[in-house]
Amino acid sequence: MLEIRELELNMGPQHPATHGVLRLILKVDGERIIDAKPVIGYLHRGTEKLFENQTYPMNVPHTDRLDYIAAATNNHAYCGAVEKLLGVEVPRKAKFIRVILDELQRISSHLVWLATHALDIGAMTPFFYTFRERELILDLFEEYCGARLTLNCMTIGGVPEDLPEGWIEKLQNFIQIFEEKIWDYENLLTDNRIWKKRTIGVGVISPEDAINYGLTGPPLRGSGIKYDVRRALPYEVYPELDFEIPIGKNGDTYDRYLVRMEEMRQSIRILKQCIEKMPKEGEIQAKGLKFIKPKPAEVYFSVEAPKGELGFHIISDGSPKPYRVRVRPPSFINLQALPHMVKGHLIADVVAVIGTLDIVLGEIDR
Amino acid sequence: MSEKKGQPEYQSALENSFVLKLKEKFKEEILDAKTYSSELTIWISKEILIPVCKDLWEDGFIYLVDIMGIHYPQREKKFELSYILHNFKNNERLRLKVEVKEGEPVPSLTEIWKGANWLEREIFDMFGVQFSNHPNLERILMWEGFQGHPLRKDFPLKGIDTGAAIYPDVYPEGVKPPKGGENA
Repeated sequence: MLEIRELELNMGPQHPATHGVLRLILKVDGERIIDAKPVIGYLHRGTEKLFENQTYPMNVPHTDRLDYIAAATNNHAYCGAVEKLLGVEVPRKAKFIRVILDELQRISSHLVWLATHALDIGAMTPFFYTFRERELILDLFEEYCGARLTLNCMTIGGVPEDLPEGWIEKLQNFIQIFEEKIWDYENLLTDNRIWKKRTIGVGVISPEDAINYGLTGPPLRGSGIKYDVRRALPYEVYPELDFEIPIGKNGDTYDRYLVRMEEMRQSIRILKQCIEKMPKEGEIQAKGLKFIKPKPAEVYFSVEAPKGELGFHIISDGSPKPYRVRVRPPSFINLQALPHMVKGHLIADVVAVIGTLDIVLGEIDR
Repeated sequence: MSEKKGQPEYQSALENSFVLKLKEKFKEEILDAKTYSSELTIWISKEILIPVCKDLWEDGFIYLVDIMGIHYPQREKKFELSYILHNFKNNERLRLKVEVKEGEPVPSLTEIWKGANWLEREIFDMFGVQFSNHPNLERILMWEGFQGHPLRKDFPLKGIDTGAAIYPDVYPEGVKPPKGGENA
């Protein structure tokens, strides 16, 4: 009889496939994983403490730095929470601009996910393809608000600026280009034999476990639960828009890949409807928000960020600064299921599971 | 022109059918219930946290969205925990609130939701609230051996001197790095 020798292997915090400073302590028996323990906190900046010491509008740029791949949805969740606290109604045109920015951000975040996920597994070509199209989105953002990543593109009560002249035409141009390009990515991966072997049956999570672990976003939908904040707890103009929530069947890495690809198509659908329905003229900023000083109250507001449900939980105490702000980061809670998902798989599959969870360490460590 | 509406007010929700049902079972332990901006909040005592959560789980609240800790240094019960639960059937949400004194353990929800594990660890890390029956209650964002709990109101914003020496071989004890900008 051979004796089983367990080995402890340290993966990260400096590792190209961990998408930041994630450290995993893997317990392995040969190539098989017996246990995994994520160690986080390397990027902790005390954002929640900072929030308590600044006035409500001063906090908006800080939210950019949470999920730095998708800043627009972070701004949206924070501004939405303060608006809910104050009982402010955002003007209709601003709602459409917010939805357009959110959906563009979702596509750009999914493109980064696809690029790095495929690169980690060994397919290099999608990286060049997706970053080419992501550049077009970043150019659109740059033209709208001057920044490409840390957008700061929403204010409490609306959006800071109206869309520049000719922006909608550029957006239409992008939609036209992008609709074809999704097929390019799918041609490279969807029926690829190597891709299928690396993803089908890897990192399976059952619907019961997915709910029990609190997963949201594509990891939850990949397991077949039809839950999307845009439909479950609608905000802005989503009730008027026609789109579907793609779900998977088996809850493995391949299904989550398909869900995200379909989500990008649905985002394009939403963008088209927004261009059609958006009012040409109108206010973009609610009035009477020069000085924000809410009465004591507690609210929770969440949006569907590309990674899952991103929520802000704010308590006010009657002063211009919030008493406590809690971020409900989707990546933090999704990462918790990683040890469950990698047990029994090979070390190379850990990389695939990290990729499929689509984590961002800026949001996990805050 | 959009007009600014006033901030919503808290409204008592003790007559809510849902709250009445809970009250019938747990009597005095349900302390208060209010709605704010259509969010239902129920204050309960920490002894019945697990039974209430199990009951709600049976009712369809099978999803734990978030747990938040809050520090109130002036109050007798210094810490408040805020749990948000979600019901997939009709997309309903509700918030449970529990108040605890310093040093008193709160029952851990990990036996119902595995996802509560890290959320409770974070509260332990940031506030020093103890959880009983937690499988692995250790720091999560701060490092092991860190003194203090950063999100308490009395923790200084600029941080504390943790006693960790920076580059002890380059700058021996008592010698500080040169100031930048002046003589550079």
